[in-house]
Amino acid sequence: MNNAKERLLNGLFKENPTFVLMLGMCPTLAVTTSAMNGLGMGLTTTVVLALSNVMISMLRKIIPDKVRIPAFIVVIASFVTIVELLLEGFLPSLYDALGIYIPLIVVNCIILGRAESYASKNPMLPSLFDGLGMGLGFTMALTIIGAIREVLGAGEVFGYRVMPAGYVPISIFVLAPGAFFVLACLTAIQNYIKIQGEKKGKDMSKIQSGCNCDCMNCGDMACSNRKEETETKNVAINVKAEGRVNSEKKEEATIERTEKQKQVVDELFFISEVKMKEADIEVVDLEQEVSEIQDNKEMDEETKGEGETEE
Amino acid sequence: MMDAKELVLLVISSALVSNVVLSQFLGLCPFLGVSKKVETAAGMGGAVIFVITLASAVTGVIYKFVLEKFNITYLQTIVFILVIAALVQFVEMFLKKFMVGLYDALGVYLPLITTNCAVLGVALNNVKYDYDILTGVINGFATALGFAIAIVILAGIREKIEDNDIPEVFKGMPIVLVTAGLMAIAFCGFSGLL
Repeated sequence: MNNAKERLLNGLFKENPTFVLMLGMCPTLAVTTSAMNGLGMGLTTTVVLALSNVMISMLRKIIPDKVRIPAFIVVIASFVTIVELLLEGFLPSLYDALGIYIPLIVVNCIILGRAESYASKNPMLPSLFDGLGMGLGFTMALTIIGAIREVLGAGEVFGYRVMPAGYVPISIFVLAPGAFFVLACLTAIQNYIKIQGEKKGKDMSKIQSGCNCDCMNCGDMACSNRKEETETKNVAINVKAEGRVNSEKKEEATIERTEKQKQVVDELFFISEVKMKEADIEVVDLEQEVSEIQDNKEMDEETKGEGETEE
Repeated sequence: MMDAKELVLLVISSALVSNVVLSQFLGLCPFLGVSKKVETAAGMGGAVIFVITLASAVTGVIYKFVLEKFNITYLQTIVFILVIAALVQFVEMFLKKFMVGLYDALGVYLPLITTNCAVLGVALNNVKYDYDILTGVINGFATALGFAIAIVILAGIREKIEDNDIPEVFKGMPIVLVTAGLMAIAFCGFSGLL
């Protein structure tokens, strides 16, 4: 039972998916317009996470390694569908408030991450508590973020007025931009703790900031054995992009070069044209001279001829 | 089928007013992860446009002719996620073999958006708002276009602020999130268009 307690505390504090690992940002930002929505989303995710962890842990010896990701996705998607139908039937107000973000729990990287890194390697009971711990950590984080946004944006928590009557709500905090600002402050606090910890010489590598590229293929602690894959992918992208930039630069260089060559050719052409024109003029002059000389000759001959006839 | 005016309004509303990243928070991971340089951001935007448009066509057809026909629409989440994941793999193989130019431009980004929540989100939205297949494809294209616009703008801003004197704790992700928040405020202004 010690193990179970350790897993719960690990999910709640040590590896809190939102505050420490920064996973599952899409739902974190989207549904935390109020503490109630955050709590609802968190609990829904917890149920799916715990159930899918149990199921995947039970199936871990049956699922072949090569098709494990699609198999995990099918298991997770089935539980999401079940939970969605239950919510629609029994908690229609929460179902309406969360809307499209309920089916999108499927692509929440916390769930696939835990399946990959924990449930597929450990027995059922620890997997259950791992799922519960992670889920409750996520719930706590969403509720706190939701409460902050609700207090600032509406002056209420869980619908109860907490701010004094004179408080003018900063309504931007319940709108989309507010989510970004709250998260920015959270990550800044996280950075601060990290910097302070590193100053004291503690190992802070566990604190991550944001998942990479794909909601499901996160390159983080929660799916540490996929980390290398994602990193190589990122490296590949950067290399490719840089390569493209370089080749573009090369192209630009070659274009510049050819333009210069063109200019030189043009200049040469111009010079040669001028010369040719000069030559033409000379030719014309010469021709004129020649014709003049010929004319003179003819004149001479004529005059000679005339003289001869006269003689 | 909607008339032309409604379609134009749909495009504006999907691309700008309810922007997929800045107001629906879908596809946030690539938005924050691949926006360091404008070139990579533009490549990512192109890949997302390609995949989402294709995926909304395929999921639209499957929903209409398989799920609705056999009355199993409650399976949509499972079916969509599997179809999208398979589709992206297939598209990648197809491009590699037959359209090398396009593969060179988009190839590296494709594996990264296999299971992007924006792709699934668009497919689910198309069903939720009861769009027919063509309208769904247009909605998908417009949504992805909104993503491309947002990520290219963010990458442009990030290139500019890279050398700025930012407080130590706000370096890295926090300042990017603040930028995204300011962009979200700016995009709120588009709601006056409708």
